[in-house]
Amino acid sequence: MYQEIILDHYRTPHGAGLREPFDAESFQINPTCGDEITLRVKLDGDKVSDVSYETLGCSISQASASVLTDLVVGRSVEESLRVLAAFQEMAQGRGQVEPDEDVLGDGVAFAGVARYPARVKCALLGWMAFKDAVVRTPQSSGGARTDTRDSEEAQS
Amino acid sequence: MTTLEGVNVQKLRADFPILARTVREGRPLVYLDSGATSQRPRQVLDAERAFLEQHNAAVHRGAHQLAEEATDAYESARARIAAFIGADAGEVVFTKNATEGINLVAYAMGNSSIRTGLGPESERFALGPGDEIVITELEHHANLVPWQELCRRTGATLRWYSITDEGRVDLDSIELTERTKLVAFAHQSNVLGTILPVAELVRRARAVGALVLLDACQSVPHMPVHLGELGVDFAGFSGHKMLGPSGIGVLYGRAELLAAMPPFLTGGSMIELVRMERTTYAPPPQRFEAGVPMTSQVVGLGAAVDYVGDIGMDAIHSHEMALVQQTLNGLASVPGVRVIGPRDLVDRGGAVAFVVDGVHAHDVGQVLDDRGIAVRVGHHCAWPLHRRFGVAATVRASFHVYSTPDEVTALVEGVQAAREFFGVVS
Ligand SMILES: Cc1ncc(COP(=O)(O)O)c(C=O)c1O
Repeated sequence: MYQEIILDHYRTPHGAGLREPFDAESFQINPTCGDEITLRVKLDGDKVSDVSYETLGCSISQASASVLTDLVVGRSVEESLRVLAAFQEMAQGRGQVEPDEDVLGDGVAFAGVARYPARVKCALLGWMAFKDAVVRTPQSSGGARTDTRDSEEAQS
Repeated sequence: MTTLEGVNVQKLRADFPILARTVREGRPLVYLDSGATSQRPRQVLDAERAFLEQHNAAVHRGAHQLAEEATDAYESARARIAAFIGADAGEVVFTKNATEGINLVAYAMGNSSIRTGLGPESERFALGPGDEIVITELEHHANLVPWQELCRRTGATLRWYSITDEGRVDLDSIELTERTKLVAFAHQSNVLGTILPVAELVRRARAVGALVLLDACQSVPHMPVHLGELGVDFAGFSGHKMLGPSGIGVLYGRAELLAAMPPFLTGGSMIELVRMERTTYAPPPQRFEAGVPMTSQVVGLGAAVDYVGDIGMDAIHSHEMALVQQTLNGLASVPGVRVIGPRDLVDRGGAVAFVVDGVHAHDVGQVLDDRGIAVRVGHHCAWPLHRRFGVAATVRASFHVYSTPDEVTALVEGVQAAREFFGVVS
């Protein structure tokens, strides 16, 4: 499960830390273990121009957030949600889903996590925060920038 | 070494079929998660099967031979379980698990607080704004959330004793008052292993006229416990943590209190007389066992109590404490490992929680799992306690009578391996 790529991202995470400016923020928690992530998204038109985050979690959740920034920053929102869907499908695939490296890049390293059902949520924590933050951006919700500390119900 | 403190572990392990299996590509299972759930010996599994193959029927209903035999088996188990914890049979109520037992008391108190259609005897369970329920900061969610909910429903206030850096209850952190109606606390912390000062807490509760509920989930399975002598009013524990089946727990209540307490769940089997307008209730324990209850599970729990009783709870406790000492020594020899909770054996039981600097508990658990070692990682349903110690998650090793010194050695080596793997070795 601990591919070298995962350990590299864990030791030197890309894009870590919370940055200004941002359009929306999401706070997600994994209720079974207490791991947390706060993640911010900045959009430029329909493009994801920055993702910044702070995590309190295991190597898998930290490395996953790092890979996420690599994969979505610079992409359109639509494209990045497609990558998210592919990542989620792989992570929840119980090892039966063949990941597409062209879409997922370093994300394919997480294919092994799919064999450990207890760790799937760790791998998805950052992605769920990203999805939630995107929905909360004024560009997609039409509302103002929201602080999201009350959205603790986390992902399924 | 196979024999520890009078327990012949190797011989006894043969009673537990699951301990012989392998995991993760052929590695022998090292099961150090008995605090979450314990494994069952053949004697328990056989008792369940024999009951189902020979005597199965709905208990306390019907007059045919099987119904009689099933009821006898059920009530015989109740009597043996009661004797095991120093109670009378009428003080033992079967529930699904400890969580349900605690909720039963919380809901009975909530029902008492509504104060319509109940007799004056239920007044001692009633709560309202200004009244207090007191717990501690180390409680399992099962002994925390039901009280939060009861406070929300009744307007009462939840207060708690804080926990010291050593993992003990800080008895000076709050004072009970005349408004304290209930003091609820764990006998032993499922995380820290701390054994709480039951006698002193009971004394303080009595001094203000409060009821006492003991969460005995981590004590009854691991040490001799005489609830009558402890003087608590209520206690709850689960069968699956004491070599017995899941789906069965016990709520103990002092006879006089159960007799005065209104029911939680209502329906069949808990009634005395039913008319269309109104129902009167059976005496305890039936009053609190609505519906057809678990039967093979009760029989299995009876067999589990016989099994641990034959070994002796003193011997089981000494055996576990020897393993705790070995674990504490072993972990102390690994740099960067911090035990959360008491580091000596004083007032301590068999759960050891720790963190490894620079390696998240999940990652430690994963490295251990890959070596066939099963431990618990996370907050172990005691999230506020983890927050208190400033950690998101810990690794917890816990034991039962079948745990061995070799398994502790494997644990310590595994923790060392996790540090090496994540490159935090200095
Ligand atoms: C101290 C303590 N209290 C309560 C519980 C709840 O037990 P159960 O989940 O069997 O109801 C547990 C175990 O999970 C426990 O360790």
